[in-house]
Amino acid sequence: MFELIGITPQVLFGQLLLGLINGSFYAILSLGLAVIFGLLNIINFTHGAQYMLGAFAAWMLLNYAGIGYWWALLLAPLIVGALAIVAERLLISRLYKLDHLYGLLLTFGLALVIQGLFRNYYGASGLPYAIPPLLSGGHNLGFMFLPNYRGWVVVASLTVCLTTWYMIEKTRLGSYLRAATENPVLTEAFGINVPRLVTLTYAFGVALAAFAGVLAAPIYSVNPNMGADIIIVVFAVVVIGGMGSILGSIITGFGLGLIEGLTKVFYPEISATVIFIIMAIVLLIKPAGLFGRAT
Amino acid sequence: MAETARNVAQADPAPQLAVENLHAWYGESHVLHGVTFAVKPGEVVTLLGRNGAGKTTTLKSIIGIVGRRTGSIAFAGTETIGMVSRAIARLGIAYVPEERGIYASLNVEENLMLPPQVRPGGFTVEQIFELFPNLRERLASQGTKLSGGEQQMLAIARILRTGARTLLLDEPTEGLAPVIIQQIGRTLARLKQEGFTIVLVEQNFRFAQSVADRHYIVEQGRVIDMIANDELDANHDKLQTYLGV
Repeated sequence: MFELIGITPQVLFGQLLLGLINGSFYAILSLGLAVIFGLLNIINFTHGAQYMLGAFAAWMLLNYAGIGYWWALLLAPLIVGALAIVAERLLISRLYKLDHLYGLLLTFGLALVIQGLFRNYYGASGLPYAIPPLLSGGHNLGFMFLPNYRGWVVVASLTVCLTTWYMIEKTRLGSYLRAATENPVLTEAFGINVPRLVTLTYAFGVALAAFAGVLAAPIYSVNPNMGADIIIVVFAVVVIGGMGSILGSIITGFGLGLIEGLTKVFYPEISATVIFIIMAIVLLIKPAGLFGRAT
Repeated sequence: MAETARNVAQADPAPQLAVENLHAWYGESHVLHGVTFAVKPGEVVTLLGRNGAGKTTTLKSIIGIVGRRTGSIAFAGTETIGMVSRAIARLGIAYVPEERGIYASLNVEENLMLPPQVRPGGFTVEQIFELFPNLRERLASQGTKLSGGEQQMLAIARILRTGARTLLLDEPTEGLAPVIIQQIGRTLARLKQEGFTIVLVEQNFRFAQSVADRHYIVEQGRVIDMIANDELDANHDKLQTYLGV
């Protein structure tokens, strides 16, 4: 069968795996954006920079403090999340009553400043971050070779995404979040501290980005521009999935990663643009996105 | 009548809720122009008046969700005019908004369990099901899939859980069938019996008459008169002029 279409299974599954890896990052990043947009009504253009900060936090923990990958997976999101709390309290919280455009300008500006600072200190060529020993090597599955670390990225991403979905849709805290997203004024009138919920939600969405950054560090090198490169695609994913939809952003993230991978096999010329082509089509047919609710 | 109202208010040194010279704004628009009224503990009072008179805004001002407000709102002696709504709610005031405010993104159980307990001694979930048996069957439904009457029951049920003893209800009978209105009426009578203090905004003054002790007439952002419930029939003509019915 594979001979018929002129490709080997190694190539096909190799690209599908790559697609799944990219999809893992798209899913975590667009999920964070969706959670933040849902409650804050802010399009967080700093998200890519915060993903980069996660990777750098892991690199710094290792090189300055000797703290390895597994602790970094926990600590980097906490550190970057704490920075997000400061940014939300100090800057973003002043914009909630203004037009979307102000939030976009502020978060985009913040991203440029953060990326500029890191480029200044660490250069643009990228810093190496080794795969943790436990996950080095790989398995030959017969039809393809699966590097352990890449398998881990997919599993970790899926776990984090589904846990987040469960927390938001099925727990008490999640019901507070959904209530505050739908009707913040009434939710506060019940005695719930909505501003604190907003701050923690922003920190959580950003911590997700930082977690993705740590996952990415051993695959892509740790680079000040890593966030800027991926975030444009992630915004396209968010638009396709529908702004603010939790499950939608997870499914769309993984789905588009796979489609991108398949395109690399069958029609490589458009693999860099296929997501934007899909975005244009979705916007024409369903402007609110595949999983978005028209407002 | 206003004279008696003042005498009654003065006879009681500690009203549960005392609103004085309340002004409120939506953006640039000045909606309340000095609302003054008081509610004693355990009393049920209504705010009656035409559409746009400022009844809903008065309730929103008490719970603290109007943009700007000045004057005085004292709850059990605590001045709340400068407080944010969550702090006011934590004092033991609960609010049922116009249109009920049931969340579409929460199921019935989540809607019911959402408001945090602000005081001990709220209704248990079991007591709530005794009061509103329909809700028990519908716990897993999306909140807004309930009928209008069930949504109103849910909106009242969820604040009874909180332990708040002062309730602000904005048109709980609006758009409901007579049999449901009767059920809401029985519920309010029971709450009154248990000593709840209730401020009710109503268009349906027959319903208001069946549950309330006193009625305040709101017109153009002010309270212009007070009629005790047992004097309502004697003041029928006056009331008709006020309400334009």
